[in-house]
Amino acid sequence: MNTYTEPERRAFALGQAVGLGFIQPLSLMRPGSVGRILTVSGSSVSDRDVERGLLEMGFVEGACVEVLHHGFWRRDPLAVRINQTMTVALRRCEASAVLVGPLLDSAMSATSASNRERDPS
Amino acid sequence: MTTGVLTAENARRVQIALVGPPNCGKTTLFNTLTGGRQKTANYPGVTVERKSGRLRTPVGHTVELLDLPGSYSLRARSPDEAITRDVVLGRQAQEGLPDAVVCVTDATNLGQHLRLLLELRQLGRPLILALNMMDIAEKRGCQISIETLSRQLGIPVVTTVAMRKNGVQDLLGEIDVLLNQTPVTTGTATTDDWQEPSADTIRAYHQEVERLLREAVIQEAAPERLTRQLDRVVLHPVVGPLILLGILFLMFQAVFSWAEAPMDWIDAGMVSLQQWLAAHMEESLLKSLVVDGIIAGIGGVVIFLPQILILFLFILLLEDFGYMARAAFLMDRLMSAVGLNGRAFIPLLSSFACAIPGIMAARTIAHPLDRLVTILIAPLMTCSARLPVYVLLIAAFIPNTAVWGGIGLQGLVMFGLYATGIVGALAVAGVLRLTLLRGDRQPLLMELPSYKWPNPANVLLGLWERAKIFMRRIGTIILSVLIVLWFLSTFPAPPAGATEPAIYYSFAGMIGRGLEPLLAPIGFNWQIAIALVPGLAAREVAVAALGTVYALSGDEGAVTEALSVTLAQSWTLATALSLLAWYVFAPQCLATLAAVRRETNSWRWATFMFVYLMVLAYVAAFVTYRVALALGGG
Repeated sequence: MNTYTEPERRAFALGQAVGLGFIQPLSLMRPGSVGRILTVSGSSVSDRDVERGLLEMGFVEGACVEVLHHGFWRRDPLAVRINQTMTVALRRCEASAVLVGPLLDSAMSATSASNRERDPS
Repeated sequence: MTTGVLTAENARRVQIALVGPPNCGKTTLFNTLTGGRQKTANYPGVTVERKSGRLRTPVGHTVELLDLPGSYSLRARSPDEAITRDVVLGRQAQEGLPDAVVCVTDATNLGQHLRLLLELRQLGRPLILALNMMDIAEKRGCQISIETLSRQLGIPVVTTVAMRKNGVQDLLGEIDVLLNQTPVTTGTATTDDWQEPSADTIRAYHQEVERLLREAVIQEAAPERLTRQLDRVVLHPVVGPLILLGILFLMFQAVFSWAEAPMDWIDAGMVSLQQWLAAHMEESLLKSLVVDGIIAGIGGVVIFLPQILILFLFILLLEDFGYMARAAFLMDRLMSAVGLNGRAFIPLLSSFACAIPGIMAARTIAHPLDRLVTILIAPLMTCSARLPVYVLLIAAFIPNTAVWGGIGLQGLVMFGLYATGIVGALAVAGVLRLTLLRGDRQPLLMELPSYKWPNPANVLLGLWERAKIFMRRIGTIILSVLIVLWFLSTFPAPPAGATEPAIYYSFAGMIGRGLEPLLAPIGFNWQIAIALVPGLAAREVAVAALGTVYALSGDEGAVTEALSVTLAQSWTLATALSLLAWYVFAPQCLATLAAVRRETNSWRWATFMFVYLMVLAYVAAFVTYRVALALGGG
């Protein structure tokens, strides 16, 4: 007798995970941190065009992201590397529409690649 | 004819459109394919440039190649992208449906770029995929099975190296195959019911791209390192802004010092042309029109060509190198404080040479409100046409003394005038965003492309384009305005026994004297009022007009020198400062107003700009005059 819809269940699960600190919006990630996109858009950004814009620039569920830089004033905007190929600048406000979780096993190659880069030895 | 299917059936030339995301090397490919055989025009109604060129395929087809603005998706977000969509869908009335589309993608970034191809494939039109920059991808260890990709997509796929002439042979061959096989027009059924992709459709495209790449990519490219390492410095929170400042400083240094010699040549050329004509033409009205009206006026505008070209050389180099997006990244937070987008930085920068190219460069700003605000404040950037006036007044009224630390007072005043323009522009942008042009803050979503060496041919072609646009404008708008102004300041002729200079009795003189009571509160005398009338065409013409009003004669250099002395004697310091303040804001450039009308497609905004700048100029001059008088500058 489950009365919850699928999106509601998912939101609930997400809320639990955020509470545990595994999941955070892209806007709060520090330079150098990596993760995998869980959801794009939803509640925080009402504008559907932002969601589409983010999707078109490669912020899609499942993509690996790495925050490279913050702007010099108020740490805005952010420069984010997507899937090790394309770097995109976006503002904190839009970045909050992207929820990022940890990189798990399948993404080890991406993490190790960026680690290798940071530490050439 | 061997190519009968196409050419016999269809009298018009075969047309192929080049489509691709920004930074995929599409323009380089276009230049390689068409060489110098390019034409630039404007689409009617909108002001997106239509770039087309002609090429001959190995078999002998003549193809008109259209270079469409870079676009991430057919869901257009800027006026530029809307043109791409409309042409591809055959909605651009004057264009007709292109016979085929070549989708250009960056082979090192297929994961992001193939989605556009899937959108295009949905249209069911003849399509070729060009994997561009294949050499770079291969250098980084990338291996792609072209056959698999082609089979999976159901369209021809070729690799191209746009930088090399022989890097496009495969593409030309594939175009021939396509043109020989398919009937040229395959009906417009699918493009008519095209709809913007929804978020879920975009997600589905992403999944399809992933599937395709799993099938076709044998070896992924190693991540690019140089860009990351450079960005660590260029985007550094402290070093980054310093580098930006350094580049801007170098740029302005170059604009003003390198341009000096060619500007002198143009000046000398114009003067000798004027003298030659003056000596060889019979005394007549025509001579007056040609020598005093047209040559003098055009000389005053053409002289800025070197500065504009040097500024654009820098902008094109930085753009090609990939730095411009970084500059926009660094400036975005500051600009968004007044409701502007980081991308507005580039148009505003161009406006320091001349507001017209700046206003045109605002096309790259996606959101209409952002774009409009940028256009409206562009004329507040101190363009090079103000310089002659600034230089004249500063030399005449500001003592050449050093204030603290050996900084010259004259240079300081000049800097102050620039700064006033910038601060004024930011304030106006802030006010407009809070009042008339209120709207949601627009998102910034901008690719930071990989750094690469600028391609000299691209840069030169770009410069040539800019020069052509500038010269065309001189030949049309400015020339006609000059003729009108010459008429106004020549007729009616002075009465016999006139005591004042001829211009005093002309229509321009009448207008100027009529305006005098209005301008008296800000300290302008009738001489200034008269000089402002021809100064409407282009700001620097006012210098020549002042020379005429004060009845000075001789060549330009002598006039300016004599004028400096005359002005220092006959004007008060308060008047001079007031005129400087006026010049910071006043919309004295009909060409700019015409450009605004064209870009916004309405006289409304051009009129609005004229009025708000006039009001600002009047208030600024009034305050300056009164304050200077109160401080004893009378």
